[in-house]
Amino acid sequence: MISYAIQRVLFALPIALGVSLVVFSLVHLAPGDPISAILPNEASEEMVIEARREFGLDRSLIVQYGIWLGKALQGDLGSSIGNGRPVLDEVLSALKHSLILSLAAGLLACLAGVLLGLLSAGLGRSRWQHVVRVVTITGVSVPHYWLAIVLVIVFSVRLGWLPPLGMSPDSSAGWRPDLNHLQFLVLPAIATAAIPAAIIARTMAASIQEILSRDFMITLRAKGLPRSRINVHVLRNAMPTTLAAIGLQIGNMLGGSVLVETVFAWPGAGFLLSNAIFQRDLPLLQGTMLALALIFVLINLLVDLTQSWLDPRIRRA
Amino acid sequence: MLDRLVCALSLASLLLTASSGAALSQGTLRIGMTVADIPLVDGAPDQGTEGAKFAGYTIYDPLVSYDLSSATTAASIRPALAESWQVDPTDDRKWIFTLRRGVTFHDGSPFNADAVLFNLDRALDKNSPVYSASFDRQIRSYLPSLEAWRKLDDHTVELTTTQPDSLFVYQLPRLLIASPAQYQKVGSDWDEFRRSPSGTGAWRFGSMVPRQRLELVPNKSYWDTERVPKLDRLVLLPIPEASARTAALLSGRVDWIETPSPETVQTLEGRGFTVSTSAIPHIWPYHLSHLPDSPFSDVRVRRALNLAIDRDGLVELLHGLAVPAVGTVPPESPWFGQPTFKITYDPERAKALLAEAGYGPGNPLKVTAAISTSGSGQMFPMLMNEFIQENLRDIGVELNLEVFEWEALRSKRRVGAQAPENEGVTLLNASYSTQDPYTGILRYLTAAEIAPKGSNWGSTRDEEIEALVEELRAEFDVAKQDPIVAKIHARHVDQANFIWVVHDGGARALSAKVRGHVHAQSWFVDFSLITVEP
Repeated sequence: MISYAIQRVLFALPIALGVSLVVFSLVHLAPGDPISAILPNEASEEMVIEARREFGLDRSLIVQYGIWLGKALQGDLGSSIGNGRPVLDEVLSALKHSLILSLAAGLLACLAGVLLGLLSAGLGRSRWQHVVRVVTITGVSVPHYWLAIVLVIVFSVRLGWLPPLGMSPDSSAGWRPDLNHLQFLVLPAIATAAIPAAIIARTMAASIQEILSRDFMITLRAKGLPRSRINVHVLRNAMPTTLAAIGLQIGNMLGGSVLVETVFAWPGAGFLLSNAIFQRDLPLLQGTMLALALIFVLINLLVDLTQSWLDPRIRRA
Repeated sequence: MLDRLVCALSLASLLLTASSGAALSQGTLRIGMTVADIPLVDGAPDQGTEGAKFAGYTIYDPLVSYDLSSATTAASIRPALAESWQVDPTDDRKWIFTLRRGVTFHDGSPFNADAVLFNLDRALDKNSPVYSASFDRQIRSYLPSLEAWRKLDDHTVELTTTQPDSLFVYQLPRLLIASPAQYQKVGSDWDEFRRSPSGTGAWRFGSMVPRQRLELVPNKSYWDTERVPKLDRLVLLPIPEASARTAALLSGRVDWIETPSPETVQTLEGRGFTVSTSAIPHIWPYHLSHLPDSPFSDVRVRRALNLAIDRDGLVELLHGLAVPAVGTVPPESPWFGQPTFKITYDPERAKALLAEAGYGPGNPLKVTAAISTSGSGQMFPMLMNEFIQENLRDIGVELNLEVFEWEALRSKRRVGAQAPENEGVTLLNASYSTQDPYTGILRYLTAAEIAPKGSNWGSTRDEEIEALVEELRAEFDVAKQDPIVAKIHARHVDQANFIWVVHDGGARALSAKVRGHVHAQSWFVDFSLITVEP
């Protein structure tokens, strides 16, 4: 297991390097001049040239990448072109907010996904199967941007039960896990969790059904094992696939949903990313994308290791 | 069981909502801004006019400001921290500003000539220890004529322009004055200054959470006693998504939102909210390429397209959130003049002009416009451009829309029509402010401003306008300036240098609890007289 873990970590390093290159290239390939974004319309050509020099954008892309990567490896992601604040501080602050949202949404998605997956696969009462399938198909199909708006219209505008946006009351100095703050979390968490929950449910149901059709299930039944014991075997075999799906979904959520966070003005990584894109704030954009991509790589690594721990056949493959 | 649970949850939510509402003191105004982050609060706000509106003119004062007290007349220049000004009779490049006495910054230090020099140094003097490129980027472009500055005495400063420029005073409202003493107090560190900024404005900095909230509190010792804020608190929330802003207003989370989307106007008005508009200084036009290979080098084509647009229909489509434009400024403006070319909706005349220019069914005019998906002042560009595309199709013109994200379009605007990036593009849809004659009219028309050096995207050249601009720059009698601007504008319209479409109505939606709001004919707002009923 230890040698497998070391091997996976070593594989992750070139992936991380590749990610940094892709992040840098994507940001620079996008149309639009970041200098135009920070200068007023009235700025002269000389001011544009000067600003480009100031931010090092007059150098070749390879040199820019080398400088950026060198600094990033030392934990310096530069400063935001827009507000001058250190990118690392901005990203960490936004990730903290996204973590709050993704933990709540992840918990919700796991609970709902596993429950719906079990019901859909027929381990529960079979009459629920069709209802659950409709729910999961709907969950996968509904755009979360639309769902977020509908939730706001119903629960904030019509019913007035929950706040429509933000993450804390006006008087609050910071987020705290009390009722006054948790009420701000409910709608974003539901909107963020809807698609992951449906994906987890469908993955789990498919995996269970695939296990149920295997030959060893006939053997287990022939040996006279009670249904509850058989279910334990089924779940044990279905979990690695489900876990992979959960890992991917949590990775996605941690990155913050750009659209959900924008609709709810939730100041997380997705909101930050959206802001950086529209303002062409290259350092902020690169820093945020790099942090999110590395988190994704890390979560995949953790999922790989957990899968191989649960199912030793993966290590031998 | 389920019913009981729902009831219990509803009751809990209502109690929570009620308790959080009760925590707000009376007289707190909460505004949903369209920006995605809190603008810089250091006296050189970023994020365009919205940044200046909420984080600039609230905390800080300029030397020269706008009179925002009337909804029916244009917001004119008025004295602020400068009580008066005059041009040096011996040298018309020198402007003498007499500063207001007895004004103090929020930190208690006095405002004086040294403070003015400090603020110019921090933005424009690279050798100064207080210089920061951040201020340079935000301020230098608003002061294109300024060459030098010096103190004459504690309450008088002299600003020198590069050449005689009668319009110089219009450049000054974006120069906001921050406190030198506060800068020293926080260790001469601009990042620290942004955490506890100090100006002379009607509002003091309260607190700020990046990307979440900016809170301002009244400056009860404000020098302009008639404009001491009546509110207890001003809370500014960045809510870039239009539907989220509307939901925030409808649910009572905020009392005021900027730029509601047209389709929500009826809903908002039906539920007792006020949707306010005004003739703000703004134009939504198409810049036209005047290069030799462009079809718009022919004035008949430019006029034809101006006559092909159903502006009233477009305004109706926008639920009244815009005003039809027949020039860069509206006809009631002193700068409109008396153009002979009257812009109306006349498709038949448009077809005839096109035929004269050699275009018709056998040789249809095909043109490409660069447009954006959104952007500052761009209103609802997709909807509006598609409407106009249909209008032009009616006269046999095929308008191809090349859609760019806003910053990508700004890049195209900056390089000019002649740049390779704009190959094949002969129209560019980018809106702008028309607050003063230079930024609103002149900079798009003179040879000296041809892009990328300046803002003249389409390489417009007009000898008559050049001569009038020279005359205007040398005319220091304010009363005689407007008629010259009017002549320039009339010539601009007669030559149909742009396709003018609409002026933005500067819409904002307000709760019925908001009192004292004056929707000035400006991008900016005076929050001092506003109150919010409990």
